[in-house]
Amino acid sequence: MLELQNISKTFEDRTVLADVNLTVPKGVTHALIGSSGSGKTTLLRITLGLIPFDKGYVKINDQALLSFTQVEWADRIGYVPQDGGLFPHISGRNNVSLIAKLRGWRKSKVDARVEELRKVVDLDAEILSHFPREMSGGQKQRVSIMRAAMMDPAVMLLDEPMAALDPLIRRTLQQELKSIFQRLGKTVLLVTHDLGEAVYLAEQLTMLHEGRMVQTGTYRDLLLHPASPFVTQFINAQRTLPDAGELQ
Amino acid sequence: MSGARALGILFGTLISCSAFAVEPPIVIGGKIFTESYVLGEIAAQSIEASSHVPVTRKLGMGSTGILFEALKSGAIDVYPDYSGTLAEAILKRPDLKSLDEIRQALSGLGLTISGSLGFNDTYALAVKEEFAKKHELHSIGDLIPIEAGVKAAFSYEFMDRKDGYAGLVESYHLSFNPQKVNRMEHSLSFQAMDQNAVDLIDVYSTDAKIKKLHLQLLKDDHNYFPVYQAVWVARQAFVDKHPREWQTLLGLEGQIGEEAMLDMNAQADIQKIAFDKIAAQFLGSESPASKGWLREVARRTREHLWLVGVSLLFSVLVGIPLGVTAVRFQAAGQAILLSSAVIQTVPSLALLCFLIPVFGVGTKPALAALCLYSLLPVVLNTFTGIRAVNPIHLENARAFGLNRRQVLFKVVLPLASPTLLAGIKTATIVSIGTATLAALVGAGGYGAPIVSGLALNDVPTILTGAIPAALMALIAHGLFELLGLVLIPAGLRRRP
Repeated sequence: MLELQNISKTFEDRTVLADVNLTVPKGVTHALIGSSGSGKTTLLRITLGLIPFDKGYVKINDQALLSFTQVEWADRIGYVPQDGGLFPHISGRNNVSLIAKLRGWRKSKVDARVEELRKVVDLDAEILSHFPREMSGGQKQRVSIMRAAMMDPAVMLLDEPMAALDPLIRRTLQQELKSIFQRLGKTVLLVTHDLGEAVYLAEQLTMLHEGRMVQTGTYRDLLLHPASPFVTQFINAQRTLPDAGELQ
Repeated sequence: MSGARALGILFGTLISCSAFAVEPPIVIGGKIFTESYVLGEIAAQSIEASSHVPVTRKLGMGSTGILFEALKSGAIDVYPDYSGTLAEAILKRPDLKSLDEIRQALSGLGLTISGSLGFNDTYALAVKEEFAKKHELHSIGDLIPIEAGVKAAFSYEFMDRKDGYAGLVESYHLSFNPQKVNRMEHSLSFQAMDQNAVDLIDVYSTDAKIKKLHLQLLKDDHNYFPVYQAVWVARQAFVDKHPREWQTLLGLEGQIGEEAMLDMNAQADIQKIAFDKIAAQFLGSESPASKGWLREVARRTREHLWLVGVSLLFSVLVGIPLGVTAVRFQAAGQAILLSSAVIQTVPSLALLCFLIPVFGVGTKPALAALCLYSLLPVVLNTFTGIRAVNPIHLENARAFGLNRRQVLFKVVLPLASPTLLAGIKTATIVSIGTATLAALVGAGGYGAPIVSGLALNDVPTILTGAIPAALMALIAHGLFELLGLVLIPAGLRRRP
């Protein structure tokens, strides 16, 4: 379970986050949505332990972030950066196993875990020997998920997982991601500006606007019982193409 | 570890490495022109013939300033110089004329001189014979009618000494066109004269090239140029410690006449006879066996590789940490980058001169200078390479749980490695080139044949240093290409 309670953050005099509360129960996929400047990236960096916050707490399974070192915290939260964020100088396999090796895992244990995850994300073994520049967007994304899951963290955090992919691949990968999440059985927090992606992948949505939580709920809740006009505005803004009825 | 401390430790190691001689030899110095090589060789051979104390030759050591610093610091024991030079350039007392007066003044510095070796090698102005005929030139004063059009090339020392250019034009009321007065390395001015690029040069009156190039000396009617009696200059400590050997050198007083010196200079400059042979012939001793050029090149290669190798090791061990520090701490970073850039702008000869009081002469100051010069490319490329690493990778690395050290060694340095390696390569190539100047402080290497070839105006000798140096640079280039295949992570290499 991932809990963010009363998180506030100001940069100099500017309030970036104000009393943000967010709870993701174990095994649930939750999407944090908002446009750029909404504070979602700051919240993501706080959750990863990369920047300090002024108020509130972050907990995973009832253990607070502040009671751990950065290195200890990192093993509890698997991070999938935008575009995969693979290190360009090493192969896919080395990207996946880097941390485990640094933690002193035996080679046989590393290999077994890599193989296990490779099956979960359904990636050709050969791709793992490729360098990131030789991989497609979808392959990079899968290798990055393997890397994030390597240390068996309680929570997975994904930053705009589809942003860089073209629409057709997006569609396929979305379906696969959904089943990968189910197979991994992890608590997942997804940060995105794309409502469609959020709705497809996540059970619960939290909408962030100008550093404040506007509403948390299912898509249905947001659509039928918007907490503010902004929610409706945001939803409508993402439905850009007219449907068949509108064309006639 | 701070950069300064690392520097200190490294220099300390270098010093202790090269300071293990068993019996301290007598070190004979010499300047970078033919006569000084010949006289230095004569001094060395006459001591060798009569004493068991080993003799080390540090001939071709650049200018008076370097020699004087070397003598003061005990890096050399004795070298040949001229009374006028001692009075003017070292004592700054142009009023001192007699050898006794000069000896008296030098004793305050812990130095002494012999009597005259038998000849006066003063400055003179020279023009080509046909030029003299065309303009009816006999004495320096005859230059006045054509002063505005004369193209001159004068040595740095002549231009800067009070008894050189400045005093000369004042004494003769000459006003040359400053645009046409060039400062030039002494041995190159003969070449310029030979190719008719200049009309007028300063020469030493016993220089064999005067004959070779058919030059005419202009008469010094005003007796402006001081007397330059050739003498041995020695440390008093050397005289006290080795009185017999000093007596041997004093035995040469009055033995070398003007004709004899001019003749020996001509043998070196025109007939290209080796200095040691000329000296042996003068002393009536057996001519030393000539060393094969291959063995000579091999020896120079060893010396050169040592110079380049050590300075390179230093620049890597110190330069990379300094570069990393420069990235991490902004203020320190600017200081590091600025100071290594400033070092780079100090002319190499000047830097060598500054380092002699600290390190003496020989390999030590040369290594120190090379270390300092090769530092900038490594520091700068480490800094630039690291700064160019996408900060997203750094943040991601922290998010994945890499500690500072791991971020540096697993992410930052590998990603910066192509730039870093390029910096080390630049340092190497620069070092191979700059190390040729090490010969000026007696450190040997490929510079030794280049320096003596320059003094002799002997192109083949220059090439025995210059060609291997160029080859070494090419080989270094190739080796770095191979090293790139090993050190640069495969994911960053250019695809074939």
